[in-house]
Amino acid sequence: MTWEPRPTPEVSPETEPYWEAAADGRLLLCECQDCDLQYYYPRARCPDCLSGDVEWVAAAGTGTVYAHTSTQIVSEWPEEDLPLVLAYVELDEGPRMLANLVDCEPDDVEIGSPVEVTFVDTEEPDVAIPVFELRE
Amino acid sequence: MTDDVDAYIAGAFEHPTRDAPDKSIAQLHAEVAAGALEDAGLATDDVDGYFTAGENYQVGRYPPLAMADYLGLDVSYFDSTDDGGSAYVNHVGEAAAAIAHGKCDVALVTLAGRMRTYERDQPEHDDTILQENFERIYGAETLPVYALAARRHMHEYGTTSEQLAEIRAAAAHHAQYNEHAMYQEPVSVEDVVESRTVSDPLHLLDCCVVSDGAGAFVVVSEEVRRQLSRECVAVLGHGAAVEHHDAGRVDLTRTAARDSGRRAFSRAGVTTDDVDYASIYDSFTITVLQTLEDLGFCEKGEGGAFVEDGALKAPHGVLPFNTDGGGLCSNHPDRGGMTKVIEAVRQLRGEANPEVQVPDADVAIAHGTGGYLGTRHAGSTAVLGRVGR
Repeated sequence: MTWEPRPTPEVSPETEPYWEAAADGRLLLCECQDCDLQYYYPRARCPDCLSGDVEWVAAAGTGTVYAHTSTQIVSEWPEEDLPLVLAYVELDEGPRMLANLVDCEPDDVEIGSPVEVTFVDTEEPDVAIPVFELRE
Repeated sequence: MTDDVDAYIAGAFEHPTRDAPDKSIAQLHAEVAAGALEDAGLATDDVDGYFTAGENYQVGRYPPLAMADYLGLDVSYFDSTDDGGSAYVNHVGEAAAAIAHGKCDVALVTLAGRMRTYERDQPEHDDTILQENFERIYGAETLPVYALAARRHMHEYGTTSEQLAEIRAAAAHHAQYNEHAMYQEPVSVEDVVESRTVSDPLHLLDCCVVSDGAGAFVVVSEEVRRQLSRECVAVLGHGAAVEHHDAGRVDLTRTAARDSGRRAFSRAGVTTDDVDYASIYDSFTITVLQTLEDLGFCEKGEGGAFVEDGALKAPHGVLPFNTDGGGLCSNHPDRGGMTKVIEAVRQLRGEANPEVQVPDADVAIAHGTGGYLGTRHAGSTAVLGRVGR
């Protein structure tokens, strides 16, 4: 599967550690040091209490499928990479993360299917994209 | 000096930075939000109104939604009037008006910009759409994120493709009488479920049309209304709400209609039993089904059963909906809320197409869904009433 047309994320200081960790094979969450909330997507302020005391923590990288779709139409996505499986993965830590499921038959995916994170390289060596695959 | 004061400014905060190359626009918004709330002695949980001009969409598409998501706000009123530098002064007035009308009690107004960084550095990173970054890399466009909501609803409540198809069939039934509808051919449940799957479980005919179009309406005061000969329609109530990622606890079976509807019905002093006609935003069939449940026309999870047997068909269904054919068959010019209001007005004036005019329609609703059911969206419900000729 070629990933070159996949949009490369814009890396900013606010999210740089996230993408770098992914390039290093780790999935990060944000954890608020004031209210203990672990959250996704990453951002500099806690979306519960607005505290700026937020740390990066490593997620286990495992979870289950909360919802999924196999989509035939994605603008500017190469036809040979369709259908694309999009899913919300409920991480073991709690947050539901929107991502792709890769290397799977769409018909094999069910709500509740166990998944684990894997990473897709981009043109930038310090940036990788977390995706998920089915886990036995 | 008047002693009739509606609203007061309780806190204010100016960011100390004059050079912020390492911060995102959204982050700056969040930092001043925290500062102003601290100054006021308030917390984010107290905030129920939010205003941002959006500054040329630098925080993302649909600025108030993008920032409500980022900040984790649960708001009953939001606005993004952008008239340039004067916007924030306008927001003072708009916030006061919203508070005077009971739309909210604590309105937060934020601004952020990074002109200096942009002019000097032409920065390599475009961080102005932080959250969309985490969606577009996965191809999470409109269609598949609505499909995710449909999938989850089917899983939790046993909703079927055939039940979703009933919604399209009812819209098509109405569209055949609308000479301007983009698609005027009747459509059966079988036609819908046999149309090709575009993002499972959604089929092609579960999706709205893609059209060009335009619309407008005029709102006037009671004083002006009295001077007009044309029949007017009363705005009995209105409510708004947002749903978003909720820090990663998104619930795909819940829509903002739950809170916007409750607020609108409460203000209008009516219940779902009083509603004779409903314009329900119909970007996809699942949008309608979830909205019907969340507005309270049936119990949560029973939308599938509710729409069976022609419940939505005018003029004699339990709840005639989208009698112009709606976005599913008639018109969806990028945004569909305008036609929802217009058809509700036609019904209350008795000016819908004769075959689908609801007899003696006294109370109608128009409900809009903006954004995306699967990630972040706004719900806006208007309750409208016939004034009489």
